[in-house]
Amino acid sequence: MPAASHPPLTSDRPDFIKVDDFSFYYGEKQAIFNISMDIPEKQITALIGPSGCGKSTLLRNLNRMNDLIDGVHHKGDILIGNTSLYDPSVEVISLRKRVGMVFQKYNPFAKSIYENVIFSLRVAGRSGKKELDETVERALTSAALWDEVKDRLHESAFGLSGGQQQRLCIARAIANQPEILLMDEPCAALDPLATLKIEELILDLKKQFTIVIVTHNMMQATRCSDRTAFLYMGKLIEYGETLEIFERPQQTQTEAYISGRFS
Amino acid sequence: MPPADSKKSAFATTGRSRKGEPLVWLTAAGLAFGVAMALGLFSLILVKGMASFWPQRIDLMEVSNNGAVEIIAGYVTQETQRRDAAGVLHEEIQIFRGNKDLNGEAFKYIDRDLIKSSSRPENLLLVERLEYGPAIVTATALQTATGRIDAASPDFQKTLDAMLDRGANDRAELLGIERKQIGAISRELEALGRAEKFNEVAPEIAATRRVELQSSFDLLQKKAAAIRLELAQFSFIANAADGREIIFPAEKLLHVFPANEVGIFARVGETIHRIWRFLSEDPREANTEGGVFPAIFGTVIMTLVMSLVVTPFGVIAAIYLREYAKQGLMVRIVRISVNNLAGVPSIVFGVFGLAFFVYFVGGGLDQWLFADKLPTPTYGTPGILWASLTLALLTLPVVIVATEEALSAVPRGVREAALACGASKWQTIQRVVLPASLPGILTGVILAMARGAGEVAPLMLVGVVKLAPSLPIDDIAPFIHPERKFMHLGFHIYDLGFQSPDAEAAKPIVYATALLLIVVVVTLNLTAIIIRNRLKKRFAVSSF
Repeated sequence: MPAASHPPLTSDRPDFIKVDDFSFYYGEKQAIFNISMDIPEKQITALIGPSGCGKSTLLRNLNRMNDLIDGVHHKGDILIGNTSLYDPSVEVISLRKRVGMVFQKYNPFAKSIYENVIFSLRVAGRSGKKELDETVERALTSAALWDEVKDRLHESAFGLSGGQQQRLCIARAIANQPEILLMDEPCAALDPLATLKIEELILDLKKQFTIVIVTHNMMQATRCSDRTAFLYMGKLIEYGETLEIFERPQQTQTEAYISGRFS
Repeated sequence: MPPADSKKSAFATTGRSRKGEPLVWLTAAGLAFGVAMALGLFSLILVKGMASFWPQRIDLMEVSNNGAVEIIAGYVTQETQRRDAAGVLHEEIQIFRGNKDLNGEAFKYIDRDLIKSSSRPENLLLVERLEYGPAIVTATALQTATGRIDAASPDFQKTLDAMLDRGANDRAELLGIERKQIGAISRELEALGRAEKFNEVAPEIAATRRVELQSSFDLLQKKAAAIRLELAQFSFIANAADGREIIFPAEKLLHVFPANEVGIFARVGETIHRIWRFLSEDPREANTEGGVFPAIFGTVIMTLVMSLVVTPFGVIAAIYLREYAKQGLMVRIVRISVNNLAGVPSIVFGVFGLAFFVYFVGGGLDQWLFADKLPTPTYGTPGILWASLTLALLTLPVVIVATEEALSAVPRGVREAALACGASKWQTIQRVVLPASLPGILTGVILAMARGAGEVAPLMLVGVVKLAPSLPIDDIAPFIHPERKFMHLGFHIYDLGFQSPDAEAAKPIVYATALLLIVVVVTLNLTAIIIRNRLKKRFAVSSF
């Protein structure tokens, strides 16, 4: 397994996101069992595990996206910077402004590239032309898309290729300068070349954002992430530095999964 | 590796896959049948509708009639067969010979074998006039203010054209005086009467004003009478085929067309001219003559107002049903009721519209805002607004169902993306879901328009009339008159075809009006479809 050249795993706030004995239920069905984990600031944390293991559920709880589903409830708590997500004073809308999200299937809006990027500013009621223009350039530059689209900002977003659309979605997610970026299998719908570009981008975005990424791709986890959590059947089996997990897994289930004996 | 022929057999058409073929043929036959029906209907209407505008050559026929010889000028409009008492088959033709004022009937049926001779003399003229429908004559002379000009005179054509122009100008002037100026005076007199009744104006001021108005009224009447008197000096004198003389006063004379003399270009020109007049003129002679402009106008305005009303209501209802309401028993009941509403016979909507909109809402408005005009109702009587609202109600289910479908077709991922950007639910709907479902919503509006524009039965209760004296939008303040009754192409067809005193004369107009109704509906729909496709291009849905 190739050793990724990661910077030293230090973080100012090793427990920036704190998942505290968290359980989650879809109606009667429990999807997550008593997970506790600390996610450090400005690092990339990968969630891996077989389909249905609860990694996406966990990710979607970090911006309370699961609230949209009828009949869900939870036990335990999730804290971001010492504030509980479920604190009555926390508004979901302002939470989501702090926690951006990129989805598995690129999903730009039926709008121009420009309007896609500034969507979060628009819904926040900001309309200063200068601010919007600057945001578009900054976000698209951060998403490594600026040079490709700067001449057609006002054309439909659907004219872009799949990889470009996904990078546009990333630009959209970071336009309002969130602190945390959630990525739910961001490369699942992309070809290898586009995947490579997104991975480079993710490593680059680490400087600005705390990133949590769900992936099915072991290689991607090793290439991109600083820390990796292996989930199985809704339980956190093993969590640690990526190199440790992949080279010296402590649990047999982890070893079986990463060596491809089951998926 | 299996042998080559076993591989081939795996892909060969087997009995089972052939079994599907008859079903494919069946579906294709169903489609072909439907297309054939639609095309047949459309081409019948197109051919018959357009044919009524084509100027026919006029035959001059000598027909034996119980030993005597009758001379008839006209053109064949229909050919049928008739068996007489002895069982012998006769070919019978229907001839349009016009001259209703002389003959009582514009059409005549004769047996073809009674025609002794037939010719097409070039001097036969088709004359259109304000009353009695077209006449077929030969010119004799023109009577002008300065004297009589014989048909053989070289000045004849020039003088005739001048006379036609003069008649048209004077008619327009008379219309302006009698309908607009005198109309304005009588409206003011009416308002004065009401003001007096409610003590809003001193009686002596009212009396002075009334005298003023009366004098200007007399002045206008005198002016109109003077124009008429002068115009009465002009007339066109002609002879029917049987020698009887017809005098056409210039005031009633519209158009003289030498049907046998002119070439193909003039006939095409005449066709275009007739189509134009059909589209732009008011109807005459119990709607069997003249144009259908008020009916086109009424149909278009009513359909547009209906669409403007039904779209927001339908979309808002669908948004609530699909996006906000908790999907339970109640919502299911509402949804079933909405779908059933689409199946309610349209006349029931007409009755509802009459009871609710006209009598309840309209009557209430009258009590509240137009009490001074009562007992004459303003809004408490059928009118274009109530007709539009009734049809909006009728087409509401179409829009709701289509909008719901369109909303549910917006991918979940797009909604989640908007929410993840910090949008509220309403912002998500407004900025992302609605734009993405706009083409689908417009499809619903298009269907609603198609249904509404062709509906007649409910309109008969809530605002359509045989002949509306004025349009719902005109140059009399306040310019838009939603309380006025209106004409509608669909009702026009019914009225001409089944309520007309002269069904034979109305027949071509029925076809032409049917064609026009189809054209209007198709035009409205095409406009909406073009708008929808533009939107689709702008909001093209991503692949995958």
